[in-house]
Amino acid sequence: MRAFGRAAPAILAACAGLVLATSVAQAGDIVPKIPIDRTKGDCVLPGDQMRREHMNILMHRRDDTMFKGIRGGKASLSACLTCHMVKDEKTGKPVTVASPKHFCRVCHDFAAVKVDCWSCHKSVPEETDTQAALPGGMGSKQSKFAQLLEYVQGGRK
Amino acid sequence: MSDQGARDRHEQARRDEIDEARREFLRNIAAASVVSLGGGMMLYSMGGEAQAKKPGEPLDPKKRWGMLIDTSKCTSGCDKCVEACKKENGWEAEPGSETDVQWIRKVDVKDPLTGFMASLPVMCQHCANPPCVDVCPTGASMRREDGIVRVNMHTCIGCRYCMMACPYKARSFVHEDIPEEKKRFHAPMGKGCVTSCDFCAHRIDVGRIPACAEACPEGAMLFGDMNDPNSELRKRLKEIRSYQIRADLGTDNGIRYTRLP
Repeated sequence: MRAFGRAAPAILAACAGLVLATSVAQAGDIVPKIPIDRTKGDCVLPGDQMRREHMNILMHRRDDTMFKGIRGGKASLSACLTCHMVKDEKTGKPVTVASPKHFCRVCHDFAAVKVDCWSCHKSVPEETDTQAALPGGMGSKQSKFAQLLEYVQGGRK
Repeated sequence: MSDQGARDRHEQARRDEIDEARREFLRNIAAASVVSLGGGMMLYSMGGEAQAKKPGEPLDPKKRWGMLIDTSKCTSGCDKCVEACKKENGWEAEPGSETDVQWIRKVDVKDPLTGFMASLPVMCQHCANPPCVDVCPTGASMRREDGIVRVNMHTCIGCRYCMMACPYKARSFVHEDIPEEKKRFHAPMGKGCVTSCDFCAHRIDVGRIPACAEACPEGAMLFGDMNDPNSELRKRLKEIRSYQIRADLGTDNGIRYTRLP
């Protein structure tokens, strides 16, 4: 008992030191950083909100597409994959979900949460004429024009 | 954190400023070439089909998508529509396989009494009263408000009741994992789910026609809105006698054929 009495201040000090150390290290230092191409604009929500809400947004969007046929735009899976694409250093091609560098895996590996999305969905953006047709419902030439028009008229905010 | 936030905001403000300057510059150019820009806008607004839906808009429940297949133009042995579907939607079927995924197939039929023969593509018939939707225990087998019958693979449990219920054998079960390179972005499918022709919903949603109709070299597949009296499809349906396969079942198919034995 007397030994504990003597050791107590030292233990307390050590605990205080630990608490101080963890409070200095902010959440941003621990949570993995998701790769994003900011030149394509900002994400649907700020990062900390996306961390909590992205599954709800995806689920809502999934049903919108399934039942109402709503496609394209900022909240589409295609837009997620395009802005968050990570290119392989050797091949220069976008990495699939098989790579730990894939933006979903960066966080999901860290959080140890397994997702089923990629057993059916393609995990890299596919450059097809359908996709090129998305912004204007037409060929890539017009869609570029549509993008330009949209930009001139005040941006895609 | 707050430092980072302030930096971000500053960075954003700077980007906005640059963007505004660029827009101003582009507007000036546009003003200087009104004629050419006007022409471009015209192209943009008239390029799609008149009835096209914009990608971000919800579908129009007044529509009912359908197809008229002119079997007199369809030749036995030609499978361009099947190949186009395979390419578009990323499925493969070994000849004669009973387990492979199959969204569309060519069928040669013959009237045993008269010997009259016809060759026709058969896919999901997009019924108005689909038996597959009736039997689905999870609501995954669904009919979209614009008449497209499809599987919501997010809720499909792979019980295969719909495959049993479909009179047209239009549905298939995915038995094996699909490797990444064979997947199609706009037609996700995976092991353990039932899948079928969805009338290329991803194309229809952006104002295009299904891949099979686009690929047919004879133009035998006419796609359109069955509810619109002015659509090309309705005009054609008015001119020609057309049939639904097994009309006696009362499923009211969206796919119609001109000649059936």
